[in-house]
Amino acid sequence: MDKQTMNHLKRMANQVRQDVLSEVYSAASGHPGGSLSVTDTLTYLYEVQMRVDPQNPSWEGRDRLVLSKGHTCPALYAVLAQKGFFDREELKKFRHLGAMLQGHPDMKGTPGVDMSTGSLGQGISAAVGMALAAKTQGASWRVFAVLGDGELQEGQVWEAAMFAAHHKLDNLIAVVDNNGLQIDGNVSDVCSVYPIDEKFRAFGWEVFTADGHDFESLDAAFSAARQVVGKPCVIAQKSVKGKGVSFMENQAGWHGKAPNQQQYEQAMEELRAAAAELEV
Amino acid sequence: MMQTKPIATRESYGRTLAQLGAENNKVVVLDADLAESTKTCMFQEKFPERHFDCGIAEANMVSIAAGLAAAGMIPFVSSFAMFATGRAYEQIRNSVGYPHLNVKICASHAGISVGEDGATHQCMEDIALMRGIPGMVVVNPADDTEASQAVRALADYKGPAYLRLGRLAVPVINDPESYHFELGRAVTLREGKDATIIATGLMVARALEAAEQLAQEGVQVRVVNMHTIKPLDVEAVVSAAKETGCIVTAEEHSVIGGLYSAVCEAMVGAGVSCPVSPVAVMDVFGQSGPANDLLEHYGLTAEAIAQKVRERLAH
Repeated sequence: MDKQTMNHLKRMANQVRQDVLSEVYSAASGHPGGSLSVTDTLTYLYEVQMRVDPQNPSWEGRDRLVLSKGHTCPALYAVLAQKGFFDREELKKFRHLGAMLQGHPDMKGTPGVDMSTGSLGQGISAAVGMALAAKTQGASWRVFAVLGDGELQEGQVWEAAMFAAHHKLDNLIAVVDNNGLQIDGNVSDVCSVYPIDEKFRAFGWEVFTADGHDFESLDAAFSAARQVVGKPCVIAQKSVKGKGVSFMENQAGWHGKAPNQQQYEQAMEELRAAAAELEV
Repeated sequence: MMQTKPIATRESYGRTLAQLGAENNKVVVLDADLAESTKTCMFQEKFPERHFDCGIAEANMVSIAAGLAAAGMIPFVSSFAMFATGRAYEQIRNSVGYPHLNVKICASHAGISVGEDGATHQCMEDIALMRGIPGMVVVNPADDTEASQAVRALADYKGPAYLRLGRLAVPVINDPESYHFELGRAVTLREGKDATIIATGLMVARALEAAEQLAQEGVQVRVVNMHTIKPLDVEAVVSAAKETGCIVTAEEHSVIGGLYSAVCEAMVGAGVSCPVSPVAVMDVFGQSGPANDLLEHYGLTAEAIAQKVRERLAH
């Protein structure tokens, strides 16, 4: 990846993080922790991997992304707004009564959202259905699905995994955002999903690992996954819940809580300082 | 009643699906290891590349169907009513209903007439479950003619729908030459002024028998086939209440949340009032036994319907 692209991605991701904070602060509710852990990946996917047309969100030939961990939609909304799918002003109304941006993704109401999600475990199956549709239609578009690590506790994920491998859906790339935390604490303490890689391998998937906050690492993993034939791929990315905001990092408590005014201002200050460093 | 051999509505479904497959290459069919029982095997034989057996994984199957529909396909999803609407209820609600996707949930083995498999497989709550989902169309056909036409109507209709199908062979009461199925429009099969039987599914044939018995006793009852439970034909209910002054509902479903509930809700909503008696499964689980014995045991017979009418008119 060239320097220019890298810097562009870093700047964009920083803006997405600021938007995530503003959305959740404005709503006085929402899920900052997981939004911040998946921010770099969503930024990378929409900027580098995916063929989409913000002017024509329902273009049949587009690549699709299903945010199976739907509660982290503040990050998806921020990316979609930056891509121009809708007015950035909408971000300020996140979770407000009558607003376009719902607490969990609503494909009917939000341009660029490819699937309504929020109930964990269902998005991956829907992504499998889309990949199956592309195969049935002989179409070349791809499907990306983004799951949480805690989400792997849902049995439906493994039903979907079994089916995707059985049908050799090599047009499907899943990401597991392994930040290690869920609402009640450490994933490994609540009900361990580990080892993630061996489980998916046993289900017939090709597995890649990546650092979810390193664009070079993400680029290497996704580029390799695109080349795989005859198997679905999963990228198990190590990430940090709350990434980019010092007091939110690695804290399960920030899964589904909005910052107060002082916390919001501190978080924004940190992010703006990080943005300034990128300009040096 | 027409003199043809009884046919299970699941047979009508499988046969019509196979025809639709030839007419529309967007039609895909999903099953969960029950293709022989739900009769989607008839589609599978002709279009194996568009038939997906998901294995015993109904939740995944329904959400996969949602993804297929989101990408422009027309998925028909089948299992037993218990597992399609029960096991996968939340998938239907959140992945299909909420985004109003064009998925057809077509479930066989609904009701007590499943027979020997017993209570775990006899779904008496499916209409209630599906009816509660915003935007969901719910259709419960009475016979082969109606089921075949309903499958086509749902394929043409854009949006989520539930089609309730049965295992038991049932009499053909509608002439395929003259019958025309219209979503949401009840069919008056017999006129009468003393009472109305509003029936759905396999109870429609029994309602006609009851009407015949009652006619011999000098009681003239109207028989309405309410094949679409949602959207309900409110006008048919209101005119039955106003013009005949007494209603008996007949359904092979729990008395809670099905046709009886829908009829009562419609009447109260419209501000009309008349006595309504249910012939239904009275808030109990079923058990093993031959289908017709079970229907009799749980009071889902022509005689039971006739008796309800007599009781009402005696008041």
